[in-house]
Amino acid sequence: MKALDRKLLRDLWHLRGQVLAIAAVIMGGVATMVMSLSTYDSLTTTRDRFYGEYRFAEVFVSLKRAPEPVAERLAALPGVERLETRVRAGVKLEVAGFTDPITGLLLSLPDQGEPLLNALHLRRGRMVQPWSTDEVVLSDTFADAHRFQPGDTLAAIINGKRKQLTVVGVAVSPEYVYQIAPGAMFPDFKRYGVLWMGRNALAAAYDMEGAFNQVSLTLARGAHEQDVIDRVDAVLGAYGGTGAYGRKTQFSNRFLSEELKQLQTTATVFPAIFLGVAAFLLNVVLSRLIALQRDQIAILKAFGYSYAAIGAHYVKLVLLMAVLGVVAGVALGAWFGQGLSNVYMETTFRFPYLDYRLDAGVILIALGISAFAAVSGTLFSVARAVRLPPAEGMRPEMPETYRATLVERIGLQRWFSAPTRMILRHIERRPLKSFLTVLGIACACGLMMVGNYQKGAIDFMVDVQFRQAAREDLALAFIEPTSGRALHELAALPGVDFVEGFRDVPAILRFRHYQHRAALFGIQPEGRLHRSLDSSLQPVAVPPGGVVLTDHLADKILHVKPGDMLTVEVLEGRRPVLQVPVLGITKQFLGVSAYMQQESLNALMREGSTVSGAYLAVQPGSEAELYAKLHERPRVLGMVANKAAIQSFYATIGEFILFYNLVATLLAGAIGFGVVYNSARIALSERGRELASLRVLGFTQGEIAYILLGELALLTLAAIPVGFVVGVGLVGILVVAFQNELYRLPLLLTPENYAMGAAVVIVSALLSALLLWFRLGRLDLVAVLKTRE
Amino acid sequence: MRPAYTHGVYTVSISRGIMNRMPPDPANAIFVARGLTKIYRMGEVAVHALRGIDLILNRGELVVLLGPSGSGKSTLLNILGGLDAPSGGEVRYLDHMLTGASEAELTRFRREHVGFVFQFYNLIPSLTARENVAAVTEISKSPMRPEDALALVGLGSRLDHFPAQLSGGEQQRVAIARAVAKNPAVLLCDEPTGALDSATGVVVLEVLEKVNRELGTLTVLITHNAGIADMADRVIRLSDGRIAEIHANTAKKRASELSW
Repeated sequence: MKALDRKLLRDLWHLRGQVLAIAAVIMGGVATMVMSLSTYDSLTTTRDRFYGEYRFAEVFVSLKRAPEPVAERLAALPGVERLETRVRAGVKLEVAGFTDPITGLLLSLPDQGEPLLNALHLRRGRMVQPWSTDEVVLSDTFADAHRFQPGDTLAAIINGKRKQLTVVGVAVSPEYVYQIAPGAMFPDFKRYGVLWMGRNALAAAYDMEGAFNQVSLTLARGAHEQDVIDRVDAVLGAYGGTGAYGRKTQFSNRFLSEELKQLQTTATVFPAIFLGVAAFLLNVVLSRLIALQRDQIAILKAFGYSYAAIGAHYVKLVLLMAVLGVVAGVALGAWFGQGLSNVYMETTFRFPYLDYRLDAGVILIALGISAFAAVSGTLFSVARAVRLPPAEGMRPEMPETYRATLVERIGLQRWFSAPTRMILRHIERRPLKSFLTVLGIACACGLMMVGNYQKGAIDFMVDVQFRQAAREDLALAFIEPTSGRALHELAALPGVDFVEGFRDVPAILRFRHYQHRAALFGIQPEGRLHRSLDSSLQPVAVPPGGVVLTDHLADKILHVKPGDMLTVEVLEGRRPVLQVPVLGITKQFLGVSAYMQQESLNALMREGSTVSGAYLAVQPGSEAELYAKLHERPRVLGMVANKAAIQSFYATIGEFILFYNLVATLLAGAIGFGVVYNSARIALSERGRELASLRVLGFTQGEIAYILLGELALLTLAAIPVGFVVGVGLVGILVVAFQNELYRLPLLLTPENYAMGAAVVIVSALLSALLLWFRLGRLDLVAVLKTRE
Repeated sequence: MRPAYTHGVYTVSISRGIMNRMPPDPANAIFVARGLTKIYRMGEVAVHALRGIDLILNRGELVVLLGPSGSGKSTLLNILGGLDAPSGGEVRYLDHMLTGASEAELTRFRREHVGFVFQFYNLIPSLTARENVAAVTEISKSPMRPEDALALVGLGSRLDHFPAQLSGGEQQRVAIARAVAKNPAVLLCDEPTGALDSATGVVVLEVLEKVNRELGTLTVLITHNAGIADMADRVIRLSDGRIAEIHANTAKKRASELSW
């Protein structure tokens, strides 16, 4: 080993505390990046493999009913590769011992052979026997939630007829990686399930013999998706087709894509912060180290070491710190990544397997970015050290120039003791460094706030959604649009306080070249249960004669303003194409909607008072009885109980929130401690002699600690409000980056978020202060009498 | 004549006349050291820095500790100043036993009774001359005004200069003002002229002489420069951790007469 390399290792050992603190910050950045990217890679690979192996379709369409020969016409359309028809039925389910309403989706499986598309991956049990009449395969989420085993039974109300079913298998499907009931806001594994049964049996129960009401297809190589969709719609229009759509719109896939997009954002934004802070820390530490070693550098140069050799020496030092951080970061990130992937697998996405991948590319990216941040952060100090002429380098540095600070110059100096003046002048002497230190600490505060932001945001979204907008206890859908008189029957049921009808009509909304598939939602203008909210989240009446759109739908998807005329292609009944004015914008965090007055919608549809479902306010305590009564009604297709939905949602996301809080606390702690401890150690190395001199002059350890830690305390306190701003900014980035049609996050931070942000900074500072206190106790008082710096 | 040394226990006035004639007298003793030894462990080697020192230092004396490097003079000074503890023997300051005192007691001792002057001044760069002195007077019981201390060392006109704006000699005079401003009983100076040229060094020594004369502060001055020894009341020559010779100057020179 060369002498210079030996010096490198000793310097590293000598600086070990700071090296660890810097490596911890780099580790934080690398860990977030590796966690996000490896989870992203894993989920993407798993998804692609699952979609491929289980033949996930590319275009989907539901219709009212078409005779089987129509399938041949569809299959013959140009651009269609493989096509399969199915029967799908919305059903009510009965599970022994569970009184809440359960809705289900029953899908047909071919009676002969494997499904051509959307095949099932069997987890347990077996597939249904050909031509069996009562066998079903359950989606694993639903089966797990109710602990169904092959051989258990449950009942389904299919088309108003009760049918006993036997569970023979539990499976996952590429179509339902993410499962959510239609109209629900969150997944609820207990109250919504997907079931598969033989085509013949289902068709018999659902009056679909010789016919189908759902089509899936894949595209031929080179076929244009929209062309195929248009051709399919042209054929199925006559059979009540509700508009074909591609994978991009398929709900499960769309949700999965959004989640993956978020992971990518996480993989960019957060590592950038960490590595920026690490670059700053390396710069500070290295410029100090070089200042302390200027005589050594001068001697090396006097010996004839080249600039390049000396420069390379310090670059190596920095790279070793970076590599340490990267190695730890990759390990931690892989661990976090596996944890996160598992949380996803358990709570959100159902894949048959998970290919956890840690790509060598990810590691190389992490290494490259960290090395770049580290070297670019220190290049200036290294260059300055190398440029110093040897003779000058061997002379001690001049005493540093100070001046009275601004606060003193304006006449406040008599209020400050000499130690306080030292603190103020030291901070003011290097304003940029002080500012960057404050900014670094502030980042820790901000990161902590982001990590804890979700819980408050979700509480708020749930509150707005369920206590302001959708205040019904129970939403129920009828099998078909029904006369408004049905509402009176519902109102007469025991336990029902109030009933409000709604009409929803599937439609494609178009403005210029923008379009969106949605339902036109006819609600009561001044509804008590389901309401539209204005931008300040106050309920506002929907005006007659036009639509009110969710802000995201209007601004980001359709690009319309109030006053514009929207083209509405209704996908039901006569399928009219209508011109409807946009009358207003409504604020909504979950989903997107197009609201109208129910009467206006009925008028557009040229129908009498017609409803497709109803919102109910239910007297507490009478739910079970009411559910049972509703369950018996053949025209009631499905029910969603809000309270249960919220509870199950919280149970699901609880694990996520815990995981993110843990990660955020660890990482924010690493950055906070890294910055505070390094700043303090640098301050100690710069001022150790000064402080030891004061100790000799009779200052107590507490008094010199005041000088050193006072500066730290001042910077830390200044960093907290800055950190709040950083936190709000980072949350702002998240809010903008994560907005999609499924949900938009509110820019809302709770007092708890602020408190957590401040707490991580204060705890890091106290910990650093404690470590520094012990160092101050070990100051060498004798050495300062003899040495010059 | 002025009350020069104010101490928590008693106050004494000392005239220059008495001082000059004063022999090493246990009744006047400020420091009494007996059998001091100090062994440093430098890795596997034991360095005997002091090998048995018996010494009495009296009120108002100007004592020069002379010796080559490694003779133990700095170690002795550090022990007297409460910065280091002996390995054997004992040191008494007035009626306080320094040997075995706790860190907090030693800090209080330094704070209340000892003024230090360092070879490299060790001023606080972020504080002006006045504030450097104030840093010490703010924690003292009955200090001088910082302005008076600086006037005493001839820097009454450079009160608001920062160390970076002062020459080496001026910085050392600020350091002396800082050391004496608390009215210490003893002034310990470790090579105070070591970093200065001889002309500037003489100016600094004149200031030390003046402080010793006017305030009656026991002044102990370390040097390896024999030329400085002529200004002392007594010269203690150290060699190899032992006192080689104690010599009382009968014809003491003024600092201004010195040169080297």
